[in-house]
Amino acid sequence: MNITRRQLLVLLPAAAIAWEHVLAGTPEASPNYNMSEHWWGMLMDITKCIGCGSCARACQMENHVPDGYYRTWVERYQVADWESETPTVDSPDGGKNGYPPPKKLGGKNFFVPKMCNHCADSPCTQVCPVGATFVSPDGVVLVDQKYCVGCRYCVQACPYGCRFLNPQTQTANKCTLCYHRITKGLTTACCEVCPTGTRQLADLKNPNDPIHEFLKTHSVQVLKPHLATKSKCFYYGLDGSVR
Amino acid sequence: MKTFKDSGHLFRLAAVFLVGLVGFLVLRSFLVPHSFGRYGHYRADAIPEIAATPISYAGHQVCETCHSDILEVKSKGVHKGVACESCHGPQAKHADDPASVQPAKLDTAVLCVRCHQASIAKPKSFPQVDAAEHSGGAACNTCHQPHSPALTGGSQ
Repeated sequence: MNITRRQLLVLLPAAAIAWEHVLAGTPEASPNYNMSEHWWGMLMDITKCIGCGSCARACQMENHVPDGYYRTWVERYQVADWESETPTVDSPDGGKNGYPPPKKLGGKNFFVPKMCNHCADSPCTQVCPVGATFVSPDGVVLVDQKYCVGCRYCVQACPYGCRFLNPQTQTANKCTLCYHRITKGLTTACCEVCPTGTRQLADLKNPNDPIHEFLKTHSVQVLKPHLATKSKCFYYGLDGSVR
Repeated sequence: MKTFKDSGHLFRLAAVFLVGLVGFLVLRSFLVPHSFGRYGHYRADAIPEIAATPISYAGHQVCETCHSDILEVKSKGVHKGVACESCHGPQAKHADDPASVQPAKLDTAVLCVRCHQASIAKPKSFPQVDAAEHSGGAACNTCHQPHSPALTGGSQ
């Protein structure tokens, strides 16, 4: 078979496109959702948080989280004057049923919602011995419930305490950033019900997402930045006492 | 050729290794899931499996397609940014079958207080009351209209 130089020039790009298709694999279940077009994160404007616990309640109902376990929860901080190293933190039942009055009055008081930070360099996925947890191509840290052997390595590895072993399935469980919702074009359950707009789902690959303007114009912090986990949970108004 | 005088042993050994290797590869192709390693060291099929979980919260856009009257009341008041399911709870089942699945009636004496109970930890600009002192435990919708909570009375 003889191929002229001209034919080769036509054939090579065609072959390259075909090879791209092979590398891309089979298309996903959600037909209008393309993983490569998204990079998910979350914005927490804690100057707005009123500690109503709607997020924690909604998360439990949306994701059937067992009682006593939390994929997201709200902490109440009390910092006495200058003692920012030793704040008093409580989160009775994850903040789902409100907070009793603080034992001592005074100091600086505020709420901090917590959840999986969906780190791009996540410590929890690195320790999994069976490849059951991973950062998806759209930046969500997920657990393969069929593959998890329940060894709890990831529960220990998460520096933010965001994982637990589900007592019903005996597998590791955590926030999925409502992956079943965001792939359908909805927002997460916690963001949906947040009455003050404290929580906002952010698509960092979408140039029209308001997150970009917010990050440009506000002082934003992530939790435990010294661990270099590339957390994608951005906190605005975060106090230095928050761990 | 003295060096290789018993080379027959080597061939037999090589054959054993080859059989072992083929056996390993055959076994591996059965045991390792087909999609493992497509995107990384995990089963790629887990992603669509997680995405296929059913939802419980329909989202306020779905509510608004039918309840446009409530949307109109709400959009003029201070609760315009509060999604329907913040108070009414997950309603995906109601949205799928509005006739047979009805949302539960809400107790405003409990519900409103979740957000509006006075607390030192809340932002100062957020409207707060000490519920016991303010109304003595009476239902908030005796005086306030939850969808647009100005002091007009009514129980919408």
